[in-house]
Amino acid sequence: MAKFLVRRLLSYLVLIFLASSIAYLIAATTLSPRAYFEQQQPPPSDQAIERQLDKLNLNPETPLAERYATWVAGVAVGDFGQTITDQSVNEAIARKAGVSLRLIVAGTVIGATLGVAMGAYAAVRQYGRFDRVTTVAAFFLLAVPAVVVAVTLQVIAVWINDVSGMRLLEYGGEYSANLDAGFWGTLLDRVQHAILPTMALSLSLFAAFSRYQRNMMLDVLGSDFVRTAMAKGLTRRAAMIKHALRTALIPTITYFTFTFGILIANATFTEKIFGWHGMGAWVVDSISTQDVNAVAAVTFFMAVCVMAASFLSDVLYAWLDPRVRVS
Amino acid sequence: MSLSAEREATTSEAAAEISGRWSSLAKELLATRRVVIGLAIILGLIAMAWIGPMLSPWGFDERDFTAFRSPPTADHWFGTGNTGRDVFHMTMVGLQKSILIGLCAALFTTVIAALVGAFAGYYLGFTDRALMWVTDLFLVLPQFLILAILYPVLRDQGWLVFVLLLACLMWMVTAKMVRGMTISLKEREYVLAARYMGVSHGRIILRHILPNMSSLLIVDATINVSSAIILETALSYFGFGIQPPDVTLGSLIAEGSRQALAFPWTFWFCTGLLIVLVLAVNLVGDGLRDALDPHSKSRT
Repeated sequence: MAKFLVRRLLSYLVLIFLASSIAYLIAATTLSPRAYFEQQQPPPSDQAIERQLDKLNLNPETPLAERYATWVAGVAVGDFGQTITDQSVNEAIARKAGVSLRLIVAGTVIGATLGVAMGAYAAVRQYGRFDRVTTVAAFFLLAVPAVVVAVTLQVIAVWINDVSGMRLLEYGGEYSANLDAGFWGTLLDRVQHAILPTMALSLSLFAAFSRYQRNMMLDVLGSDFVRTAMAKGLTRRAAMIKHALRTALIPTITYFTFTFGILIANATFTEKIFGWHGMGAWVVDSISTQDVNAVAAVTFFMAVCVMAASFLSDVLYAWLDPRVRVS
Repeated sequence: MSLSAEREATTSEAAAEISGRWSSLAKELLATRRVVIGLAIILGLIAMAWIGPMLSPWGFDERDFTAFRSPPTADHWFGTGNTGRDVFHMTMVGLQKSILIGLCAALFTTVIAALVGAFAGYYLGFTDRALMWVTDLFLVLPQFLILAILYPVLRDQGWLVFVLLLACLMWMVTAKMVRGMTISLKEREYVLAARYMGVSHGRIILRHILPNMSSLLIVDATINVSSAIILETALSYFGFGIQPPDVTLGSLIAEGSRQALAFPWTFWFCTGLLIVLVLAVNLVGDGLRDALDPHSKSRT
């Protein structure tokens, strides 16, 4: 099993490297950093632009291969270069990665756990009231783009705040600036800000997972081994959780790997709409400021996230499915 | 009854019962309520999108200088936008584009996925490893990001190129499923029979293997329609999607969402139509899966 995981890890490293290289190459050919400097006020002189472009390794006059080699040499020693405003990309990553990770981890854990639990329960009570309600809710949520979910949540938050006459829910930024309210006050402030974005992210995840888990669970429920488990004297609950749910989780984990990319894209929208300064919001801004190094760094970050999720699901898979562990 | 008469009776009965693949498919579909409802809604939306603009008294580019940001009235059914353009007309044109984008992207996606998956699963060995490796690579690349980075190039290319690229970034999961099915299908007798008759590999894949998983492909194409529409909405929201003068529901939603509170009609009409469209497509996909998949539980 350790060998299986190590082999997967190695192939993931190669994929991460390739994905960020491709992103760098595409970004370096399509974005035009020169245009960014040219539209500055007052417009810098040609030599100044040239000097700045050379310094940042962004000059389109330098052959692409050479720029790429410089970039790779930097990345190999852990340096992602400079942003277009000549600040360290590494520092920006350190500042922003945490924001994104908090959002993604909280959203994933809440959305996936709730989705799996509710989907499994709905399957056990197939065609019951709970099943009908969650099916309709999930079906509806799946049809709503993440962007619309986020904007709708904002509209609802404004309404709730108006009705209650207080600022119960915050819908812009990650925390209030210059807040001095001690530890608990700061924590409360953070939670107030985090509720809506986390909800926006976990809602769509919840919808996808509850649908999928329900179908998988239905496939398993009729199996002989579940009946046998109950026949040998296990309670219905124990048979459902230990035998049915455990088996039905295996395909869901594969599904998780596939949906994680979509989740990261959704995190981008959520950050941008709720004004969180995370990696996702950064990449949208970087594309409009023609910032090649930042775009490549964010792609690297996202590829690492996707791979971490895949690795996690490999581990979970091996844990749930004895056949993987043995062979 | 003589033996021959009996034989004749059975053959004629069998001929009446055994219908072709497509007619039995159609019968199965029409018996599934969800599919019928979904298809009816989609057809209704298509009719609305193409007939609606003709009924509207306002042109696509026409501005009403007497009514900026007017709420829905008898004159402007969905109100007017910031520049006095008729929201109803724009929404209908956007709906047309969104439907077209969804259908085309899904078609391209399914074709790519079917070919890659079937070739990988049929040949196995080196082909399989190479193709699956490419698939994994595409799965790692964040599709939203790649389309966003390519935006400066795509800007001037028109919407068909955009749709093609959309398809290039959506085929991976289907391809993996097709590969899995191909691996089991290629051991079946009819594939072996075709092989021993000297049919070439490529022909076996196209004429024997792919038609035999048509139900999977149809279901998946349906699901891809809705994911393409949703991805396009997201891209348009950030301005990386379809460029003006083309409008889609996505770009209308992007414009409307910035003023959803002050001028709700610029946001909710296009959003509502988008949700109805995607819901209807998902309904068809869900019903199709139940109707076509013999293992499906909800059939029983």
